Amino acid sequence: MIDRPDPDALLADIQQEERRAARGKLKIFFGAAPGVGKTFAMLEEGRNRAAEGMDVVVGYAEPHARTDTEALLLGMEILPYQVVEYRNVRLREFDLDAALKRRPALLLIDELAHTNAPGMRHPKRWQDVKEVLDAGIDVYTTLNVQHLESVNDIVERITGIKVRETLPDSVLEEADEVELVDISPEELLERLGEGKVYTADMAERATSNFFSKGNLLALRELALRRTAERVDAQMRDFRREHAVRSTWAVSERILVCVGPSPLSARLIRSTKRLAAGLNAPWVAAHIETPASLRIAEADRRRVDNNLRLAEQLGAQAVTLQGQNIADEVIAYARAHNVTKIVIGKPEHPRWRELIMGSVVDDLVRRSGEIDIYVIRGEAEEGEVQTTDISHRPEPADWRGYVAGIVAVAVTTLLGWPFQHRLGFENTNVLMLYLLAVLWIATRYSRWAATLTALLSVACFDFFFVPPYLTFTVADEKYLILTFPIMLITALTIGTLTHRVKAQAQAARHRERRTQTLLALTRELAAARTIDQIVAATVRYVGQVVDAEAIMLLPDGERKLHPQSSSSAAQKLDEKESSVAQWAYEHDQMAGAGTGTLPAAAGLYIPMKTSRGTVGALGIYFNPPEPGPPEQRQLIEAFASQAAQAVERATLAEEARAAWERVEAEFLRNTLLSGVSHELRTPLAGIIGSASALVETADRLTPESRGELLDSILSEAEHMERLINNLLDMTRLEAGGMLIKKEWQPIQEVIGSALRSLDRRLTGRAVNVNVPPDLPMVNIDAVTIEQVLANLLDNAVEYTPAGSAIDISAKAVPGQVIVDVTDHGPGLPPGTESRVFEKFFRIRPGEGRRGIGLGLAIVRGIIEAHGGKITAENRPQGGAVFRFTLPVINPPPPRLPSTDSQHKQDVAATAG
Amino acid sequence: MSQSDPWAVSRRSSQNAPAPQSAPTDGAPVHPTILVIEDDPQLQKFLRVTLASQQYKVIETATGESGLRHAANDRPDLVILDLGLPDLDGVEVTRRLREWSTIPVIVISARGREQDKVVALDAGADDYLTKPFGVGELLARVRVALRHLAGSNPETGQAVFEAGELRIDLGRREVTVNGQPIHLTPNEYRLLGVLVKNADKVMTHRQLLHEVWGPGSGQESHYLRVYMNQLRQKIEPDPARPRFLLTETGVGYRFRLTS
Repeated sequence: MIDRPDPDALLADIQQEERRAARGKLKIFFGAAPGVGKTFAMLEEGRNRAAEGMDVVVGYAEPHARTDTEALLLGMEILPYQVVEYRNVRLREFDLDAALKRRPALLLIDELAHTNAPGMRHPKRWQDVKEVLDAGIDVYTTLNVQHLESVNDIVERITGIKVRETLPDSVLEEADEVELVDISPEELLERLGEGKVYTADMAERATSNFFSKGNLLALRELALRRTAERVDAQMRDFRREHAVRSTWAVSERILVCVGPSPLSARLIRSTKRLAAGLNAPWVAAHIETPASLRIAEADRRRVDNNLRLAEQLGAQAVTLQGQNIADEVIAYARAHNVTKIVIGKPEHPRWRELIMGSVVDDLVRRSGEIDIYVIRGEAEEGEVQTTDISHRPEPADWRGYVAGIVAVAVTTLLGWPFQHRLGFENTNVLMLYLLAVLWIATRYSRWAATLTALLSVACFDFFFVPPYLTFTVADEKYLILTFPIMLITALTIGTLTHRVKAQAQAARHRERRTQTLLALTRELAAARTIDQIVAATVRYVGQVVDAEAIMLLPDGERKLHPQSSSSAAQKLDEKESSVAQWAYEHDQMAGAGTGTLPAAAGLYIPMKTSRGTVGALGIYFNPPEPGPPEQRQLIEAFASQAAQAVERATLAEEARAAWERVEAEFLRNTLLSGVSHELRTPLAGIIGSASALVETADRLTPESRGELLDSILSEAEHMERLINNLLDMTRLEAGGMLIKKEWQPIQEVIGSALRSLDRRLTGRAVNVNVPPDLPMVNIDAVTIEQVLANLLDNAVEYTPAGSAIDISAKAVPGQVIVDVTDHGPGLPPGTESRVFEKFFRIRPGEGRRGIGLGLAIVRGIIEAHGGKITAENRPQGGAVFRFTLPVINPPPPRLPSTDSQHKQDVAATAG
Repeated sequence: MSQSDPWAVSRRSSQNAPAPQSAPTDGAPVHPTILVIEDDPQLQKFLRVTLASQQYKVIETATGESGLRHAANDRPDLVILDLGLPDLDGVEVTRRLREWSTIPVIVISARGREQDKVVALDAGADDYLTKPFGVGELLARVRVALRHLAGSNPETGQAVFEAGELRIDLGRREVTVNGQPIHLTPNEYRLLGVLVKNADKVMTHRQLLHEVWGPGSGQESHYLRVYMNQLRQKIEPDPARPRFLLTETGVGYRFRLTS
């Protein structure tokens, strides 16, 4: 089949290439068993690189007291070990932070599969190595085939030894170079005998268990095959990259069904091998049905572990929800172009399939062109048991049983008079018993309903079937028909009711999850500020889990800071902060319940968006143990929603800042052109007049001299006003305008404003209308006087000479309203709100002077007082400028020692 | 004194003379000496030329320290002091001057620094000028300050003040407008009395509160404003645009007797 390269695959290649370029290169010295000489080969190669002038450091070497290996370490820079005390044992560990600080070009780290001492940053060494690589440092390391996750079960079957130190196959697959270190089993056994691998007595034990020739042969085959598979995969990659017209298979995609069964782990490994062989991507799917929602906690954990295992092996893990397993699987498979489905062979007896139906049969029947692989599972007890911490029995629902007993007793007491006094048929009493079963089934567990059913049959027999008060039955038809039917009916009612209840609960559960997420999404969509986003996220996390949440956002130097001072913030000590920082920087979850720094108190989820990581969400579970996986998924969904909201807010902020820059630029330009013109004009007058006075003084008449002097004075005064306005505007914008509020009657401020404009108001009637009982206002008199002066000045400027100006004030609850009204032509329509903008001028030119700051300053001052200002045209002509001043809790207008105590008239006393 | 002038004053010491002269009986010089402590050369020049034209003797200096030395050595009748000096804070100069002297001090301050003025006035300065100011304003302040120097003893001060329709007789504790007696409460009367005795001179809120309600009542300036409002309603022809009881916004009040 001739096919073009899939663009997605090419893109993936390019992205991987890019990632690789920034990362360090990983070379793995790969072997079949300990003792084949991997460490030796690694150190030798390292020495060669060092000889070539490369900066090589030995990060960790486990010489196993092999003399020839130790000789290789001589003269090389060795990173000091980190010594960790654990249960009174001093463990030597690779020091990740020291390595990152040292930053050599190449780091040699032995034993890639090693498990770190508890309390280290990562549980596994391969995770350390990954971080070293991410930091751009090349790494040489060693690995034995038995540590690979996907062959773990095969190794166990071959050798009978369960290898606990495993690592994901992806580590080997993503290595840039793999060098197979291979010697024949005979030679290895010989070296072992010579004590080159272990010391003598250890060698004895090792040989009997692990180093049998048969084992070594099998392991060697595994190692060779893995290396060959890798070569094969590289070949394919090469062909894909370089040959446009070569052939390759239709891309395969495999889906494996994962359940709580311990067999699923084996199923997953088998699928991994199948997928590796086909070079196909694969998906591990768990199907959540209403029934699976009530599975035991232990089973739930097993599902989680299985999915995690699949992820480690390179699968994409998904959880599907639906009523019917087969339907969901087929639907997902079709939607995602799955070509093969792997499912475990059913283990339950055949009769159950006849009644309940078989998932496998359903799948096979509906699969169409999709291949179905049914694989027999083999229980991996060890594997499952180690992770299965809690095998707690479900809490005994004793209340259900008690209620069942009580219900049966009550029914019996009720039924007794019906049958024995009133002569009702005992079939009627039977109905009563069924009612009791139904009642128990709706309220309590299935087992309580079952007990009630059994008790009902017994009591019915004892009390209501003749002969009475014995279990013996006179009429055989009761034994053959009535009792079994009654029991089956009761049990079925119990089961059905219970299932309905479970489904309803499952639906409610899902509903709640969806609702919460929806509500959060809505609230986040409405949130404008980071604070609102933080508050909403923290609150919603608290609603769905018993946990405290905290959001951490980076500053300019990518250092995270907690966003609230809640109690959760106090838990965030230096150590916890560093875990959060790690999660943020590495774009991976870290902390409690994860593979990185699991000893931390909190779980830290990076907040990812398409543009990168915007912060981290910290969760402190209470009790400190991460909840079930679906809870975690929900929190992750929260984190992602919050991340998008934060990004949106940040972008909005950036856009606003950019806009402000543009506006500032525009203002600067307007200012420069407008202001320089406005300032130069009076200067021209001043300089002209002054030079005329200086140079031609003797030829000027006294009148002209007076005119020139007048002009100098008035121009200078005009310039002063301009400069004062500019300064005020600058102060207002810089927040530097001093607002010193004091309670005072507004009349006084109006009076002083009028006095300051005395000269300009000459020839105009000014009507002041302020009720004497107007409450005092809490204002800064200096700036409010300026507001009034500017408004009056404006009125004078824009209305015909001699027209009146009105000032009035009135009180409404909570505020005082002041109007300045003129009787001029009014504002041009549409400019009512624009007049308060900076540098806005009505009909500039026209002989009026100014730079359009007066009203902007007015608005700034009023807003600084918590008031509002508006302008509008009156229907009867003229403009009215109206501002409000808040009046909250004005003080009593009199001194405590009032005059009323000695209310004597001064004039009277004098007279 | 023309009849049409509403600001005609019935006082003996008329303001019509170009140079205010202290009565020789007070022992003050015929040509009062004014010490100008100002560092800006242009403003210094303006002050020198203007004051000299009014027959005042002018001593100039540019720093606070030398200003204090001159005040001690040359015994001026008035100090004009810029609050923004290069070496000492003008308020500090006022304070140190007040430790030993009662010479009137007029401070010059920049616009928008009302608080500085209040501090300087409370520290003992007599009046202030806000930059930029004109000749008329400068000379009016100088005249008022020198007049208060001449009559600094309130007992020997004058008892009857008359401006337009308003007549205040401190001796008889009588206030009339257009001949009609005005009924004032004791506090209102005390307030008016303090302002009138310091006619044409600015009084800070604090000074007025101290004078009227006694020490310890320096903060409740809104009571003062309420009394002032009431007083204006009673004696001002147009309380909305007061002619006598002027507000010095952000600083205090001034009773205007002369124009």
